[in-house]
Amino acid sequence: MREITLRVNGRDEHAVVEGRTTLAEMLRDHLGLTGTHLGCEHGVCGACTVAVDGQPVRSCLMLAMQAEGAIVETVESLGDGDGLGLIQQAMWERHAFQCAFCAPGFLMTVRCLLADNPTPTTAQIKEELSGNLCRCTGYASILEGVAEAVAKLASAAGGANDA
Amino acid sequence: MKMSPFDYHRPDTVDEALALLETYGGDGKVLAGGQSLLPVLALRLTHLGHLIDIGRVQGLQSIEVDDDGTVSVGATVTHARVERSDVMAAAAPAVAGAMPHVGHRAIRSRGTVCGSLAHADPAAELPAVALAVGAEMIVQGPAGQRTMGAGDFFEGYLSSALGEDELLVGVRFPAWAPRAGWSVLEVSRRHGDFALVGLVTTLEIDEAGLLRRPALSLFGVASTPVRVAEAEQLLDGNAPDPALLAEAAKVVSGALEARADDHASSEYRAHVAGVLTRRGLAEAAARATERAGV
Repeated sequence: MREITLRVNGRDEHAVVEGRTTLAEMLRDHLGLTGTHLGCEHGVCGACTVAVDGQPVRSCLMLAMQAEGAIVETVESLGDGDGLGLIQQAMWERHAFQCAFCAPGFLMTVRCLLADNPTPTTAQIKEELSGNLCRCTGYASILEGVAEAVAKLASAAGGANDA
Repeated sequence: MKMSPFDYHRPDTVDEALALLETYGGDGKVLAGGQSLLPVLALRLTHLGHLIDIGRVQGLQSIEVDDDGTVSVGATVTHARVERSDVMAAAAPAVAGAMPHVGHRAIRSRGTVCGSLAHADPAAELPAVALAVGAEMIVQGPAGQRTMGAGDFFEGYLSSALGEDELLVGVRFPAWAPRAGWSVLEVSRRHGDFALVGLVTTLEIDEAGLLRRPALSLFGVASTPVRVAEAEQLLDGNAPDPALLAEAAKVVSGALEARADDHASSEYRAHVAGVLTRRGLAEAAARATERAGV
């Protein structure tokens, strides 16, 4: 057991963890950030995807101790209090998810993609989301949601430029 | 909590890592990106008493190109870094070209080139690339450093020549020839899955338009990546016309004693290997020709 410190959603957090504790377990069980979902817990489903130092990472395939000192963002970082963030709003408008168990992983994958490339092609979106599994709606509505997020982002950027 | 307990060690230097390996190597493993090792532990396919995390070891993070064009990639360089590296795209295009096939984006964020090589999964892309281009493994142990060719390194299913007390500190890819081309193709159930059959092709096209130094390195078909020498000999020194490529495809299908499993029969794998041979040679030859023309 060892105490580690890392920055999660803009706050310095401490937790005492075992060697085998994954980042996902630390986020959920130690920090109470249960927005990050654990599906398969061996790197296949993508539900646990979070951003570590800006990159999408399977939090079930990273030990908490490996994340010591890292900057981690989870799905909780996307919203603004009770309000939805831009990507969440776009997904909601397009009925992207049904049960939404997979949503945290999709949302964080999209967040990393759009931070890197705000104007991805449909092929690029499909490629980037290929590591996330959904068992309910299928993927068409999720892709529409991402396209909506891209459009919202473009108009927000346009608005900013106008101002 | 899926993994059974282990002690976590995080050395800062190669020497510290080697000392830990000497003490715990028999009951421990090196952890780099963890994208292969942690699933194995999560599924409890094995139990380890110790994990030695080399993620923060000094001096293993670099991608370097020597004056002669040799590219060295350190043990903690991730797939994502290689994928984004203009240096790699120019100096080791076959390695960079394999990246989109490796897992998914989030896996590539953490997974490392050397980790993939050390894991020696016969269905993975990088061991086959290493075998095609003749990469050299840089191995460090208590007795010092030694280098090992890819052909000697991959010994069997998930098994390499790396000793329990040794660390793969880096890999060297030989200088990319000016008139060389490459292709990485694979057939898998879904994008990002391990390949049922994959093929790395590298070759050169000489001034007369003839194939030189062809390498056909198949993955997903046996317990290690395999070269098909018989087909390579057939190709060497000849023009890459459709008839020759078809003949090479036939030789590959015939020579291959492909493994069978729940996902594909031996016959299917051999057939697909032939199809990929034809496509891979055409793609690599086109890239070589384009490069030579510039």
